[in-house]
Amino acid sequence: MADLPNTPKLDELEKGKWPSFVKEIKMAAKKSPMAADLLGQLEQSYNEKIGHWKHGGIVGVMGYGGGVIGRYSDLPDKWPNISHFHTMRINQPAGWFYTSEALRKICDIWEKRGSGLTNMHGSTGDIILLGTTTDQLEPTFSDLQNINFDIGGSGSDLRTPSCCCGMARCEWACYDTMALTYDLTMHYQDELHRPAFPYKFKFKMAGCPNDCVASIARSDLSIIGIWRDEIQMDKAAVKEYADKGMDIQHDVVDRCPGKCMEWDGKELKIENSYCKKCMHCINVMPKALRPGKDRGACLLLGSKAPIIEGAMLSSVIVPFVKLEPPYDDIKELIDNIWDVWCEEGKNRERVGEFIQRVGMGNFLDAIGLEPVAEMVAHPRENPYVFYGEDEE
Amino acid sequence: MAKTKEDVVEAMFKMVKEAQGQKKLKPMDLTKAMIELYGDEGVDKQMCKDAIKELINSGRCVYTYYGGSYIEIPHQEGAAN
Repeated sequence: MADLPNTPKLDELEKGKWPSFVKEIKMAAKKSPMAADLLGQLEQSYNEKIGHWKHGGIVGVMGYGGGVIGRYSDLPDKWPNISHFHTMRINQPAGWFYTSEALRKICDIWEKRGSGLTNMHGSTGDIILLGTTTDQLEPTFSDLQNINFDIGGSGSDLRTPSCCCGMARCEWACYDTMALTYDLTMHYQDELHRPAFPYKFKFKMAGCPNDCVASIARSDLSIIGIWRDEIQMDKAAVKEYADKGMDIQHDVVDRCPGKCMEWDGKELKIENSYCKKCMHCINVMPKALRPGKDRGACLLLGSKAPIIEGAMLSSVIVPFVKLEPPYDDIKELIDNIWDVWCEEGKNRERVGEFIQRVGMGNFLDAIGLEPVAEMVAHPRENPYVFYGEDEE
Repeated sequence: MAKTKEDVVEAMFKMVKEAQGQKKLKPMDLTKAMIELYGDEGVDKQMCKDAIKELINSGRCVYTYYGGSYIEIPHQEGAAN
Protein backbone atom coordinates (compact mmCIF):
# COMPACT_ATOMS: atom_id res chain seq x y z
CA MET A 1 0.00 0.00 0.00
CA ALA A 2 1.29 3.45 -0.98
CA ASP A 3 1.92 5.98 1.80
CA LEU A 4 -0.90 8.50 1.70
CA PRO A 5 0.09 12.17 1.72
CA ASN A 6 -1.03 14.34 4.60
CA THR A 7 -4.31 15.95 3.49
CA PRO A 8 -6.01 17.90 6.29
CA LYS A 9 -8.12 20.01 3.92
CA LEU A 10 -9.34 17.05 1.87
CA ASP A 11 -10.09 15.16 5.11
CA GLU A 12 -12.76 17.76 5.85
CA LEU A 13 -14.60 16.54 2.76
CA GLU A 14 -14.93 13.07 4.26
CA LYS A 15 -17.11 14.35 7.08
CA GLY A 16 -20.89 14.20 6.92
CA LYS A 17 -23.23 11.43 5.90
CA TRP A 18 -23.12 12.02 2.13
CA PRO A 19 -20.83 10.26 -0.33
CA SER A 20 -17.28 11.62 -0.46
CA PHE A 21 -14.99 11.56 -3.48
CA VAL A 22 -12.03 11.90 -1.10
CA LYS A 23 -13.08 8.71 0.69
CA GLU A 24 -13.28 6.92 -2.65
CA ILE A 25 -9.88 8.17 -3.85
CA LYS A 26 -8.33 7.09 -0.53
CA MET A 27 -9.79 3.61 -0.99
CA ALA A 28 -8.36 3.47 -4.51
CA ALA A 29 -4.99 4.72 -3.21
CA LYS A 30 -4.60 1.47 -1.26
CA LYS A 31 -3.93 -0.18 -4.63
CA SER A 32 -3.08 2.71 -6.93
CA PRO A 33 -0.03 5.01 -6.60
CA MET A 34 -1.75 7.33 -9.10
CA ALA A 35 -4.66 7.83 -6.74
CA ALA A 36 -2.24 8.55 -3.87
CA ASP A 37 -0.42 11.23 -5.85
CA LEU A 38 -3.74 12.64 -6.96
CA LEU A 39 -4.66 13.25 -3.32
CA GLY A 40 -1.34 15.00 -2.75
CA GLN A 41 -1.66 17.31 -5.75
CA LEU A 42 -5.27 18.12 -4.93
CA GLU A 43 -4.37 19.04 -1.34
CA GLN A 44 -1.60 21.26 -2.71
CA SER A 45 -4.08 22.94 -5.08
CA TYR A 46 -6.48 23.57 -2.18
CA ASN A 47 -3.65 25.14 -0.15
CA GLU A 48 -2.32 27.29 -2.99
CA LYS A 49 -5.71 27.96 -4.61
CA ILE A 50 -4.13 27.08 -7.96
CA GLY A 51 -4.96 24.20 -10.30
CA HIS A 52 -1.96 22.09 -11.25
CA TRP A 53 -3.29 20.43 -14.41
CA LYS A 54 -2.20 21.13 -17.95
CA HIS A 55 -4.92 20.25 -20.41
CA GLY A 56 -5.17 19.57 -24.13
CA GLY A 57 -3.00 18.25 -26.90
CA ILE A 58 -3.50 14.52 -27.20
CA VAL A 59 -7.11 13.61 -27.93
CA GLY A 60 -7.43 10.06 -29.02
CA VAL A 61 -6.14 6.75 -30.13
CA MET A 62 -5.00 5.93 -33.66
CA GLY A 63 -7.62 7.18 -36.15
CA TYR A 64 -9.80 8.85 -33.51
CA GLY A 65 -10.02 12.56 -32.78
CA GLY A 66 -12.07 12.39 -29.62
CA GLY A 67 -12.69 10.41 -26.47
CA VAL A 68 -9.37 11.09 -24.75
CA ILE A 69 -8.82 14.26 -22.77
CA GLY A 70 -5.12 14.88 -22.38
CA ARG A 71 -4.13 15.93 -18.88
CA TYR A 72 -0.68 16.43 -17.37
CA SER A 73 0.53 17.55 -13.95
CA ASP A 74 2.62 20.72 -13.93
CA LEU A 75 4.44 19.25 -10.90
CA PRO A 76 5.67 15.97 -12.40
CA ASP A 77 8.77 15.82 -10.20
CA LYS A 78 6.77 16.12 -7.02
CA TRP A 79 3.87 13.88 -8.11
CA PRO A 80 5.48 11.54 -10.69
CA ASN A 81 2.65 9.00 -10.75
CA ILE A 82 0.25 11.56 -12.19
CA SER A 83 2.66 13.30 -14.58
CA HIS A 84 0.27 11.90 -17.23
CA PHE A 85 -3.32 11.62 -16.07
CA HIS A 86 -5.45 11.37 -19.21
CA THR A 87 -9.20 10.91 -19.05
CA MET A 88 -10.98 8.48 -21.36
CA ARG A 89 -14.64 8.89 -22.27
CA ILE A 90 -16.32 5.60 -23.09
CA ASN A 91 -19.59 5.37 -25.00
CA GLN A 92 -22.21 4.24 -22.50
CA PRO A 93 -25.04 1.85 -23.39
CA ALA A 94 -28.31 3.66 -24.20
CA GLY A 95 -30.24 4.26 -21.00
CA TRP A 96 -27.20 3.27 -18.88
CA PHE A 97 -28.21 -0.36 -18.59
CA TYR A 98 -25.35 -2.72 -17.72
CA THR A 99 -24.90 -6.22 -16.52
CA SER A 100 -22.74 -6.45 -13.39
CA GLU A 101 -20.40 -8.63 -15.48
CA ALA A 102 -19.83 -5.77 -17.96
CA LEU A 103 -19.14 -3.33 -15.13
CA ARG A 104 -16.62 -5.71 -13.55
CA LYS A 105 -14.82 -6.11 -16.87
CA ILE A 106 -14.56 -2.32 -17.30
CA CYS A 107 -13.24 -1.93 -13.75
CA ASP A 108 -10.73 -4.76 -14.23
CA ILE A 109 -9.38 -3.12 -17.38
CA TRP A 110 -9.12 0.24 -15.66
CA GLU A 111 -7.37 -1.12 -12.58
CA LYS A 112 -4.84 -2.74 -14.91
CA ARG A 113 -4.41 0.15 -17.35
CA GLY A 114 -5.19 3.27 -15.33
CA SER A 115 -5.76 4.72 -11.89
CA GLY A 116 -8.84 2.60 -11.16
CA LEU A 117 -10.86 5.78 -10.62
CA THR A 118 -14.09 6.18 -12.58
CA ASN A 119 -16.91 8.68 -12.82
CA MET A 120 -20.21 7.03 -13.59
CA HIS A 121 -21.29 9.05 -15.51
CA GLY A 122 -20.03 12.35 -16.92
CA SER A 123 -22.36 15.21 -17.82
CA THR A 124 -22.57 14.08 -21.44
CA GLY A 125 -23.45 10.59 -20.25
CA ASP A 126 -20.24 8.71 -20.97
CA ILE A 127 -18.44 6.31 -18.66
CA ILE A 128 -15.48 8.42 -17.50
CA LEU A 129 -12.22 6.62 -16.80
CA LEU A 130 -9.95 8.99 -14.90
CA GLY A 131 -6.19 8.91 -15.15
CA THR A 132 -3.88 6.93 -17.35
CA THR A 133 -0.57 7.41 -19.15
CA THR A 134 -0.06 8.00 -22.86
CA ASP A 135 1.45 4.55 -23.43
CA GLN A 136 -1.63 2.88 -21.93
CA LEU A 137 -4.18 4.58 -24.22
CA GLU A 138 -3.94 2.15 -27.13
CA PRO A 139 -3.86 -1.00 -24.94
CA THR A 140 -6.89 0.29 -22.99
CA PHE A 141 -8.76 0.96 -26.23
CA SER A 142 -7.92 -2.52 -27.46
CA ASP A 143 -9.08 -4.13 -24.19
CA LEU A 144 -12.33 -2.16 -24.26
CA GLN A 145 -13.01 -3.18 -27.86
CA ASN A 146 -12.59 -6.80 -26.83
CA ILE A 147 -15.55 -6.39 -24.47
CA ASN A 148 -17.57 -4.45 -27.08
CA PHE A 149 -17.14 -0.94 -25.73
CA ASP A 150 -16.02 2.01 -27.84
CA ILE A 151 -14.63 5.45 -27.06
CA GLY A 152 -17.09 8.36 -26.92
CA GLY A 153 -16.89 11.91 -28.19
CA SER A 154 -14.89 14.95 -27.12
CA GLY A 155 -13.62 18.13 -28.75
CA SER A 156 -15.37 19.67 -31.75
CA ASP A 157 -17.35 16.60 -32.65
CA LEU A 158 -20.68 14.92 -32.05
CA ARG A 159 -20.67 14.08 -28.38
CA THR A 160 -21.85 10.66 -27.30
CA PRO A 161 -25.64 10.64 -27.75
CA SER A 162 -27.53 9.89 -24.54
CA CYS A 163 -31.11 9.31 -23.50
CA CYS A 164 -33.46 8.59 -20.63
CA CYS A 165 -34.39 4.96 -19.95
CA GLY A 166 -37.47 5.49 -22.13
CA MET A 167 -39.72 2.54 -22.88
CA ALA A 168 -37.44 0.19 -20.95
CA ARG A 169 -38.84 1.40 -17.64
CA CYS A 170 -41.08 4.42 -18.12
CA GLU A 171 -44.77 4.33 -19.01
CA TRP A 172 -44.74 7.96 -20.21
CA ALA A 173 -42.19 7.42 -23.01
CA CYS A 174 -43.71 8.67 -26.25
CA TYR A 175 -41.04 7.10 -28.45
CA ASP A 176 -38.26 4.55 -28.10
CA THR A 177 -35.42 6.77 -26.88
CA MET A 178 -32.96 3.92 -26.57
CA ALA A 179 -33.57 2.72 -30.13
CA LEU A 180 -33.10 6.23 -31.53
CA THR A 181 -29.95 6.77 -29.45
CA TYR A 182 -28.44 3.52 -30.68
CA ASP A 183 -29.40 4.26 -34.27
CA LEU A 184 -27.96 7.79 -34.26
CA THR A 185 -24.79 6.59 -32.50
CA MET A 186 -24.17 3.96 -35.16
CA HIS A 187 -25.19 6.19 -38.07
CA TYR A 188 -22.93 9.06 -37.04
CA GLN A 189 -19.76 7.14 -36.12
CA ASP A 190 -17.60 9.41 -38.31
CA GLU A 191 -18.99 12.57 -36.74
CA LEU A 192 -18.51 11.04 -33.26
CA HIS A 193 -14.88 10.04 -33.73
CA ARG A 194 -13.59 12.57 -36.28
CA PRO A 195 -14.07 16.17 -35.12
CA ALA A 196 -15.15 18.35 -38.07
CA PHE A 197 -17.51 20.84 -36.47
CA PRO A 198 -16.93 24.45 -35.37
CA TYR A 199 -17.51 23.22 -31.80
CA LYS A 200 -19.23 20.44 -29.86
CA PHE A 201 -22.71 19.17 -30.76
CA LYS A 202 -24.91 17.15 -28.41
CA PHE A 203 -28.06 15.08 -28.89
CA LYS A 204 -30.20 14.10 -25.95
CA MET A 205 -33.30 12.00 -26.21
CA ALA A 206 -36.07 12.40 -23.63
CA GLY A 207 -39.10 10.16 -23.85
CA CYS A 208 -41.64 12.66 -22.55
CA PRO A 209 -41.87 16.35 -21.60
CA ASN A 210 -40.74 15.55 -18.03
CA ASP A 211 -37.33 15.56 -19.75
CA CYS A 212 -35.49 13.54 -17.09
CA VAL A 213 -32.19 13.98 -18.98
CA ALA A 214 -32.68 17.78 -19.03
CA SER A 215 -32.19 17.75 -22.78
CA ILE A 216 -33.77 21.17 -23.18
CA ALA A 217 -30.89 22.73 -21.23
CA ARG A 218 -27.99 20.40 -21.96
CA SER A 219 -28.07 19.43 -25.62
CA ASP A 220 -27.83 21.29 -28.89
CA LEU A 221 -30.57 19.11 -30.34
CA SER A 222 -33.19 18.05 -27.80
CA ILE A 223 -35.56 15.32 -28.96
CA ILE A 224 -38.44 15.29 -26.52
CA GLY A 225 -41.32 12.82 -26.68
CA ILE A 226 -44.77 14.35 -27.05
CA TRP A 227 -48.29 13.52 -28.22
CA ARG A 228 -50.64 15.47 -30.51
CA ASP A 229 -54.05 14.03 -29.72
CA GLU A 230 -55.98 14.09 -26.46
CA ILE A 231 -54.72 13.23 -22.99
CA GLN A 232 -56.12 9.81 -22.10
CA MET A 233 -58.40 10.00 -19.09
CA ASP A 234 -59.89 7.37 -16.79
CA LYS A 235 -62.81 9.25 -15.24
CA ALA A 236 -63.37 6.67 -12.52
CA ALA A 237 -59.73 7.00 -11.46
CA VAL A 238 -60.07 10.81 -11.35
CA LYS A 239 -63.04 10.38 -9.00
CA GLU A 240 -61.03 7.95 -6.91
CA TYR A 241 -58.29 10.56 -6.45
CA ALA A 242 -60.93 13.11 -5.39
CA ASP A 243 -62.61 10.64 -3.00
CA LYS A 244 -59.24 9.95 -1.37
CA GLY A 245 -58.80 13.62 -0.58
CA MET A 246 -56.86 15.12 -3.48
CA ASP A 247 -57.75 18.78 -4.03
CA ILE A 248 -58.00 18.53 -7.82
CA GLN A 249 -58.91 22.19 -8.24
CA HIS A 250 -55.86 23.42 -6.28
CA ASP A 251 -53.32 20.74 -7.07
CA VAL A 252 -54.12 20.14 -10.72
CA VAL A 253 -56.46 22.64 -12.39
CA ASP A 254 -55.06 25.85 -10.87
CA ARG A 255 -51.51 24.77 -11.71
CA CYS A 256 -52.17 24.10 -15.38
CA PRO A 257 -50.08 26.61 -17.40
CA GLY A 258 -52.45 26.37 -20.39
CA LYS A 259 -55.58 26.81 -18.21
CA CYS A 260 -57.06 23.95 -20.20
CA MET A 261 -58.84 22.14 -17.36
CA GLU A 262 -62.12 22.48 -15.52
CA TRP A 263 -63.24 20.63 -12.39
CA ASP A 264 -66.80 20.93 -11.11
CA GLY A 265 -66.27 18.64 -8.14
CA LYS A 266 -67.45 15.59 -10.08
CA GLU A 267 -65.98 15.65 -13.54
CA LEU A 268 -62.67 16.79 -15.01
CA LYS A 269 -62.82 18.37 -18.46
CA ILE A 270 -59.76 19.07 -20.61
CA GLU A 271 -59.64 21.43 -23.58
CA ASN A 272 -56.74 19.67 -25.30
CA SER A 273 -56.10 22.41 -27.86
CA TYR A 274 -54.86 24.61 -24.97
CA CYS A 275 -52.61 21.91 -23.47
CA LYS A 276 -48.95 22.93 -23.18
CA LYS A 277 -47.80 19.30 -22.66
CA CYS A 278 -46.23 20.23 -19.33
CA MET A 279 -47.03 16.80 -17.81
CA HIS A 280 -48.06 18.32 -14.45
CA CYS A 281 -51.57 16.83 -14.36
CA ILE A 282 -50.27 13.45 -15.55
CA ASN A 283 -47.54 13.45 -12.89
CA VAL A 284 -50.05 14.31 -10.13
CA MET A 285 -52.70 11.78 -11.21
CA PRO A 286 -50.73 9.01 -12.93
CA LYS A 287 -53.50 6.44 -12.52
CA ALA A 288 -56.11 8.69 -14.11
CA LEU A 289 -54.30 10.54 -16.90
CA ARG A 290 -51.89 9.39 -19.58
CA PRO A 291 -50.25 10.94 -22.64
CA GLY A 292 -52.33 10.62 -25.83
CA LYS A 293 -52.09 7.72 -28.26
CA ASP A 294 -50.72 9.62 -31.29
CA ARG A 295 -47.15 9.89 -30.08
CA GLY A 296 -43.89 11.21 -31.53
CA ALA A 297 -41.37 13.88 -30.60
CA CYS A 298 -40.76 17.60 -30.65
CA LEU A 299 -37.31 18.73 -31.85
CA LEU A 300 -35.70 21.70 -30.16
CA LEU A 301 -32.40 23.28 -31.06
CA GLY A 302 -29.80 25.50 -29.48
CA SER A 303 -29.27 24.95 -25.75
CA LYS A 304 -25.85 25.25 -24.15
CA ALA A 305 -24.05 26.15 -20.95
CA PRO A 306 -22.39 29.58 -20.77
CA ILE A 307 -19.04 29.98 -22.57
CA ILE A 308 -19.12 32.63 -25.30
CA GLU A 309 -22.77 33.61 -24.80
CA GLY A 310 -24.77 32.98 -21.62
CA ALA A 311 -26.70 29.79 -20.94
CA MET A 312 -29.46 29.11 -23.45
CA LEU A 313 -32.43 26.74 -23.62
CA SER A 314 -33.38 24.94 -26.80
CA SER A 315 -36.26 26.33 -28.83
CA VAL A 316 -38.74 24.50 -31.05
CA ILE A 317 -37.80 23.83 -34.66
CA VAL A 318 -40.10 20.89 -35.39
CA PRO A 319 -43.27 20.85 -33.26
CA PHE A 320 -44.11 17.21 -33.95
CA VAL A 321 -42.56 14.35 -35.85
CA LYS A 322 -43.34 10.65 -35.80
CA LEU A 323 -40.17 8.87 -34.75
CA GLU A 324 -39.95 5.50 -36.35
CA PRO A 325 -37.01 3.57 -37.83
CA PRO A 326 -35.07 4.24 -40.00
CA TYR A 327 -35.50 7.87 -38.81
CA ASP A 328 -34.61 9.25 -42.27
CA ASP A 329 -36.51 12.52 -41.82
CA ILE A 330 -34.67 13.46 -38.63
CA LYS A 331 -31.30 12.45 -40.13
CA GLU A 332 -31.96 14.64 -43.17
CA LEU A 333 -32.73 17.59 -40.90
CA ILE A 334 -29.59 16.98 -38.79
CA ASP A 335 -27.43 16.82 -41.94
CA ASN A 336 -28.91 20.12 -43.17
CA ILE A 337 -28.26 21.79 -39.80
CA TRP A 338 -24.66 20.57 -39.74
CA ASP A 339 -24.05 21.64 -43.37
CA VAL A 340 -25.07 25.23 -42.66
CA TRP A 341 -23.39 25.45 -39.24
CA CYS A 342 -20.10 23.89 -40.47
CA GLU A 343 -20.01 26.17 -43.48
CA GLU A 344 -20.79 29.44 -41.71
CA GLY A 345 -20.13 28.86 -37.99
CA LYS A 346 -17.20 30.52 -36.29
CA ASN A 347 -14.60 28.64 -34.29
CA ARG A 348 -16.05 27.61 -30.87
CA GLU A 349 -19.53 28.82 -31.82
CA ARG A 350 -22.32 26.48 -30.72
CA VAL A 351 -25.27 26.07 -33.04
CA GLY A 352 -27.51 28.09 -30.66
CA GLU A 353 -25.07 31.00 -30.75
CA PHE A 354 -24.86 30.67 -34.52
CA ILE A 355 -28.65 30.96 -34.81
CA GLN A 356 -28.58 33.98 -32.51
CA ARG A 357 -25.95 35.62 -34.73
CA VAL A 358 -27.53 34.97 -38.13
CA GLY A 359 -31.17 35.16 -36.99
CA MET A 360 -33.71 32.36 -36.79
CA GLY A 361 -35.38 33.43 -40.07
CA ASN A 362 -32.16 33.15 -42.05
CA PHE A 363 -31.27 29.88 -40.34
CA LEU A 364 -34.65 28.29 -41.13
CA ASP A 365 -34.33 29.45 -44.70
CA ALA A 366 -30.88 27.87 -44.97
CA ILE A 367 -31.93 24.50 -43.57
CA GLY A 368 -35.14 24.43 -45.59
CA LEU A 369 -37.72 24.62 -42.80
CA GLU A 370 -40.88 26.71 -42.97
CA PRO A 371 -41.48 28.95 -39.94
CA VAL A 372 -44.48 27.85 -37.88
CA ALA A 373 -46.28 29.39 -34.91
CA GLU A 374 -44.87 26.86 -32.43
CA MET A 375 -41.38 28.29 -32.99
CA VAL A 376 -42.41 31.60 -31.41
CA ALA A 377 -41.25 31.57 -27.80
CA HIS A 378 -43.07 34.76 -26.82
CA PRO A 379 -44.69 37.80 -28.52
CA ARG A 380 -42.54 40.49 -30.11
CA GLU A 381 -40.95 42.75 -27.49
CA ASN A 382 -39.95 45.68 -29.71
CA PRO A 383 -42.70 48.34 -29.34
CA TYR A 384 -41.44 50.29 -32.36
CA VAL A 385 -42.70 47.83 -34.94
CA PHE A 386 -45.99 49.02 -36.44
CA TYR A 387 -48.29 47.28 -38.83
CA GLY A 388 -50.45 49.00 -41.43
CA GLU A 389 -54.21 48.48 -41.32
CA ASP A 390 -54.09 46.40 -44.47
CA GLU A 391 -51.62 43.93 -42.92
CA GLU A 392 -52.89 40.87 -41.14
CA MET B 1 -8.20 16.93 -65.24
CA ALA B 2 -10.28 15.85 -62.26
CA LYS B 3 -8.49 15.57 -58.93
CA THR B 4 -8.44 12.26 -57.08
CA LYS B 5 -8.72 11.66 -53.35
CA GLU B 6 -4.99 10.94 -53.27
CA ASP B 7 -4.25 14.37 -54.80
CA VAL B 8 -6.35 16.00 -52.10
CA VAL B 9 -4.60 13.99 -49.36
CA GLU B 10 -1.22 15.24 -50.58
CA ALA B 11 -2.43 18.84 -50.92
CA MET B 12 -3.91 18.77 -47.41
CA PHE B 13 -0.76 17.25 -45.93
CA LYS B 14 1.34 19.96 -47.58
CA MET B 15 -0.94 22.63 -46.17
CA VAL B 16 -0.81 21.19 -42.64
CA LYS B 17 2.98 20.80 -42.82
CA GLU B 18 3.49 24.38 -43.95
CA ALA B 19 1.20 25.71 -41.22
CA GLN B 20 2.76 23.60 -38.44
CA GLY B 21 3.97 25.78 -35.59
CA GLN B 22 2.40 28.88 -37.10
CA LYS B 23 -1.31 28.28 -37.44
CA LYS B 24 -3.54 25.46 -36.27
CA LEU B 25 -5.89 24.23 -38.98
CA LYS B 26 -9.34 22.77 -38.39
CA PRO B 27 -10.75 20.10 -40.70
CA MET B 28 -13.18 22.67 -42.12
CA ASP B 29 -10.26 25.02 -42.93
CA LEU B 30 -8.71 22.25 -45.02
CA THR B 31 -12.02 21.41 -46.68
CA LYS B 32 -12.77 25.02 -47.60
CA ALA B 33 -9.25 25.55 -48.94
CA MET B 34 -9.39 22.42 -51.10
CA ILE B 35 -12.80 23.29 -52.53
CA GLU B 36 -11.61 26.81 -53.27
CA LEU B 37 -8.49 25.49 -55.01
CA TYR B 38 -9.88 22.46 -56.76
CA GLY B 39 -13.67 22.82 -56.68
CA ASP B 40 -13.71 23.13 -60.46
CA GLU B 41 -11.79 19.88 -60.70
CA GLY B 42 -14.34 17.73 -58.96
CA VAL B 43 -13.27 18.18 -55.31
CA ASP B 44 -16.28 18.32 -53.00
CA LYS B 45 -17.02 17.99 -49.27
CA GLN B 46 -17.28 14.21 -49.35
CA MET B 47 -13.92 13.83 -51.10
CA CYS B 48 -12.34 16.15 -48.51
CA LYS B 49 -13.93 14.15 -45.70
CA ASP B 50 -12.51 10.95 -47.16
CA ALA B 51 -9.11 12.59 -47.64
CA ILE B 52 -8.99 13.70 -43.98
CA LYS B 53 -9.95 10.19 -42.90
CA GLU B 54 -7.07 8.85 -45.02
CA LEU B 55 -4.62 11.38 -43.55
CA ILE B 56 -5.55 10.42 -39.99
CA ASN B 57 -5.80 6.66 -40.54
CA SER B 58 -2.37 6.61 -42.17
CA GLY B 59 -0.87 8.31 -39.10
CA ARG B 60 0.61 11.15 -41.18
CA CYS B 61 -1.59 13.60 -39.26
CA VAL B 62 -3.30 13.50 -35.86
CA TYR B 63 -6.15 15.33 -34.22
CA THR B 64 -5.23 17.68 -31.37
CA TYR B 65 -7.30 19.77 -28.98
CA TYR B 66 -6.56 23.33 -27.88
CA GLY B 67 -9.99 24.76 -27.04
CA GLY B 68 -11.16 23.25 -30.33
CA SER B 69 -10.14 20.30 -32.52
CA TYR B 70 -7.31 20.71 -35.02
CA ILE B 71 -5.31 18.59 -37.45
CA GLU B 72 -1.52 18.59 -37.04
CA ILE B 73 1.59 16.61 -37.87
CA PRO B 74 2.34 14.18 -34.98
CA HIS B 75 4.76 15.77 -32.53
CA GLN B 76 6.00 15.48 -28.97
CA GLU B 77 3.66 17.52 -26.84
CA GLY B 78 5.13 20.37 -24.84
CA ALA B 79 2.78 19.58 -21.98
CA ALA B 80 4.20 16.07 -21.71
CA ASN B 81 7.70 17.34 -20.98
